[in-house]
Amino acid sequence: MRFTFDGRPMTGEPGDTLAAALLRNGVRVVGRSVDLGRPRGIFAAGPEEPNALVRVGADPILAATTVELHDGLEARSLRGKGRVDLDAVDERRCDKGYLHCDVLVVGGGPAGLAATLAAGRSGARVILVDDQPRLGGDLLNSRLLLDGAPALDWVAGLDLPARVLTRTTAAGYYDHNYVLAVERRARGERLWHIRARRVVLATGAHERSVAFPGNDRPGVMLAASARAYANRYGVRAGRRAVVFACADSGYEAAEDLTAAGVDVLAVVDPRPSGLPADVEVLAGQVVTGTTADAEGVLTGVRAGARHFDADLLAVAGGWNPAVHLFSQSGGRTRFDEELAAFVPGTSAQAERPAGACRGLYGTREAIADGYAAGAEAAGRTVPGLRVPECGERPLRRPAALWLVERTPGSEPAFADLHRDVTVADLARATGTGMRSVEHVKRYTTAGTGADQGKTSGAVVVGVMSALLGAAPGQVGTTTFRPPYTPVSFATLAGRDRGALSDPVRTTALHDAHVARGAVFEDVGQWKRPWYFPRDGEDMEAAVRRECHAARTAVAAMDASTLGKIDIRGADAGEFLDRVYTNMYSTLAVGACRYGVMCGADGMVFDDGTTTRLADDHYLTTTTTGNAAAVFDWLEEWRQTEWPDLDVSFTSVTDHWATVAVAGPRARQVIAAVAPEAVELAFMRYASVPVLGVPGRVFRISFSGELAYEVNVPWRYGRALWEAVLELGAVPYGTETMHVLRAEKGFAIVGQETDGTVTPQDLGMGWIVSARKPDFVGKRSHARPDTARQDRKRLVGLLADDPAALVEEGAQLTAAGVAPMLGHVTSSYHSAALGRTFSLAMARNVSPGDRLTAVSGNVAHPVTVVEPVFYDPDNTRRDGDPLVESPAPYAGECRSESPAAAFAARFEAASTPRAHLREVPFEPMWEVRGTDPGAGLRLGPDWWLVTGDVPPRPGWVDVSGQRTVLELAGPAAHDVLITGCPIDLDPSVFPGHAQTLLAKTSVILERVSPETYRIYVRSSFARYLAEWLIDALEAL
Amino acid sequence: MLLIDCPSCGPRDENEFHYGGQAGIACPTGDMTDERWAEYVFMRDNPKGWFHERWFHVHGCRTWFTVERHTVTHEIRKPR
Repeated sequence: MRFTFDGRPMTGEPGDTLAAALLRNGVRVVGRSVDLGRPRGIFAAGPEEPNALVRVGADPILAATTVELHDGLEARSLRGKGRVDLDAVDERRCDKGYLHCDVLVVGGGPAGLAATLAAGRSGARVILVDDQPRLGGDLLNSRLLLDGAPALDWVAGLDLPARVLTRTTAAGYYDHNYVLAVERRARGERLWHIRARRVVLATGAHERSVAFPGNDRPGVMLAASARAYANRYGVRAGRRAVVFACADSGYEAAEDLTAAGVDVLAVVDPRPSGLPADVEVLAGQVVTGTTADAEGVLTGVRAGARHFDADLLAVAGGWNPAVHLFSQSGGRTRFDEELAAFVPGTSAQAERPAGACRGLYGTREAIADGYAAGAEAAGRTVPGLRVPECGERPLRRPAALWLVERTPGSEPAFADLHRDVTVADLARATGTGMRSVEHVKRYTTAGTGADQGKTSGAVVVGVMSALLGAAPGQVGTTTFRPPYTPVSFATLAGRDRGALSDPVRTTALHDAHVARGAVFEDVGQWKRPWYFPRDGEDMEAAVRRECHAARTAVAAMDASTLGKIDIRGADAGEFLDRVYTNMYSTLAVGACRYGVMCGADGMVFDDGTTTRLADDHYLTTTTTGNAAAVFDWLEEWRQTEWPDLDVSFTSVTDHWATVAVAGPRARQVIAAVAPEAVELAFMRYASVPVLGVPGRVFRISFSGELAYEVNVPWRYGRALWEAVLELGAVPYGTETMHVLRAEKGFAIVGQETDGTVTPQDLGMGWIVSARKPDFVGKRSHARPDTARQDRKRLVGLLADDPAALVEEGAQLTAAGVAPMLGHVTSSYHSAALGRTFSLAMARNVSPGDRLTAVSGNVAHPVTVVEPVFYDPDNTRRDGDPLVESPAPYAGECRSESPAAAFAARFEAASTPRAHLREVPFEPMWEVRGTDPGAGLRLGPDWWLVTGDVPPRPGWVDVSGQRTVLELAGPAAHDVLITGCPIDLDPSVFPGHAQTLLAKTSVILERVSPETYRIYVRSSFARYLAEWLIDALEAL
Repeated sequence: MLLIDCPSCGPRDENEFHYGGQAGIACPTGDMTDERWAEYVFMRDNPKGWFHERWFHVHGCRTWFTVERHTVTHEIRKPR
């Protein structure tokens, strides 16, 4: 395999890591250290690597020991602090997926394999994740024989009853056994969200170094890593080696290096006695220093008076159980004096460490422990699991050696190679009085590198304990936080990028707006037309023209985004009386009333109109941005405060498409599209045919002009819009709507209000009922702070310069000096007034007062006026009389399904493995109370009935509310788990559920083993269609 | 990501729910002092340990329910 390193062409072998391939090519120096710029070489063989950091493609920082070599790989070393290449193109296709299991086993070494076997054979659903391309853990690096054969034969012979994910690193362990694991794939990582009933942590152990002078030279390497390069990759990390063996694993490394052809000169063992070995053993001694050539590369090792010419120093400093995930789970570690390491102590979640992760370093004891852990996790022991024989020596107690004192003039001794933290740095920290390892970490930055101190953490603690004269257990460790290894933002984002980063909600009229060149505004997740520029108009010109049409002729707006809630029940009126400040139980059937809703704190929460459709049936509209919040708010009060009231709520926001027709000539348009509604009085409603289909017309005005809100089911929305425009209405957007309402002094929740404004502050005391015994927020209106007279109130402002537009947010002062009296909330050019005007919230001001509006360096002199600028006597409300009865609109009322535009793309993205289509229209009803005996149960006393069944009284027509997409085929499940967090396993999934898919709510129904129907809110249908197409392409 | 046991739908991920704050705070009715009302509107307990709290299954069955959660360990149990 060919690859390049810093542009130099090299070759490696299949199965190499980049680090192995670099060693194979004789590369000793792979980079310079971050602060001191010292040459550094490969130090480890796994994710604990502190030195050999490289840039590959768009990934700015990777450990060379974790990069699998592939043909054509281009790697660059990081010099100093490195930098992000902003021009790098990231072509990865990352993804995510949700998995569920009884037992998750992390780590595919002897203990993890044994646990998987034991748990899987007992019938549990098991997932095994391992970060290497092949299973085996340390057996991959070993020459150990199991039952007389190479250990990997034992691994290969295991028939694992589990879902096995290799190249997958468990990176984070969160609450309630939620584990995030990153699977490395050639096309981009996949982030697995795994929910496990029980977790077995067979994460192994990391070898550590010792802080001796000159311990950072290229050529100094962990002993087990040198052994791994020799055994697994057939690469000699040096020709002449010294082994520094604080633990017996150093002797195993010495033997394996010798077997690989490395000339091992000596084993330096700090313990009083060594083990019998074929090489010289310096017992009771330590490595005291190193020598290097001009490049800084290791040339020799000193042990007291002895000096060895060596190019490899293999350091077996002892082992640290990889307690990262255990600690992330909330478990507490304890220091084990015998092992001289922190080991898992008290568990906090349903997990159990096994094998080397709890200090059982022998292969046989790890396998035995794995069997026990697997059986315990599955809750059942299966017979017939045997621990294979092998000829391991019992391990002696390691030396608890953390540092070797420097002598004057010797090289620095490093505790953290990645962050260039030396023993002297740690001494400086403790010398200033720091006692906590957390303080020392932050002061010195030890343990904060990309490796998160995997090789250095224990050394820092050990050095601190020596410096402070305290036991390592008293010093303690720093907190282990996710992720275990670095996770790129691209991985976290997955497919939720670009157009899919946040759901975009669209109305039934969206394509028509796009075709007309509308400029859109984001309102929550909605795309709303902001204005409709014609012939190169700028915004100001377009808005002036749209306003003029609404004030002098007729104009139309897409009002579909307003929340619509169907409210039914004998106590519906009583309920509304309690949540609105004004009265609804007395409202006549067929009448509409504007209302304001307050929070318990008395502040305005939302506003809208409510219409009484029948005695026990109302329709409430909400603001666009608050629709979901109001819907939830009603449910909260019903369920938690007034469960005795007979009332239910159904969202019909997406069922209806709404076109507001406004202007003195609006009646002409209504006469053509809904002739039966033409005589409708102000604030009245009629259920009438619209373009021949069942519709609803409300005579509601948000502009002061004659206006109607015309509703038809979603699929006819576009036809209605086209008809209204064809009949002469000028399309207008949200900006014109804002100007028109502001001219009338109508406040907008969230623009004039900010959660600290009462209805009285808005000058709407008239809407707060004094007759009602109570309503939500009433008591708060009598609180001293709410009732005081010097609160900010809604006022109008006119700038002295009629052309000057005061900035929204400008502060109001008297004569330009503090205190601030208030702020400007709305500011527009007005075609009707021929000048600019503003609304503001201000205290202690009256009409005629002179103020200064300050924003930035601009100050405008303004005069306070009443906040109604246009038609204060409401003379325009009834518009022009009908000149002549126009002919009914003759055009076709075409039905268009919400995903109609996707039909061809669905077909193109479909494969035999997964086929996607929109299910043809079927009527749907939501049913409350009595079980209809059909359909899908959505919740307590709540059903969805679909199909050609005769509706019963009280059923709410929601045919347009949801769009049904169907995903079928053997890979349908694989598509859904990339966005649906619930367990779809047939043993668990009841057949349908309300849950999340991607970033939207759905009803998911399995209609056959490989066919799913997805019921999605119609306004989210486009987003979900795009998401599903993307998911099919990512398969 | 907490796993919350909805009484109607079974265990679901936390992001299917909205948090509803301390449970068992009834809206007081009738005449009362400003202090009593302010207590209801503004004051909630914030214990270290077991806490009765409300959750709303907004992306599921739309049920409000109460659980007991340990604010340190996040352990969740059916309310006592």
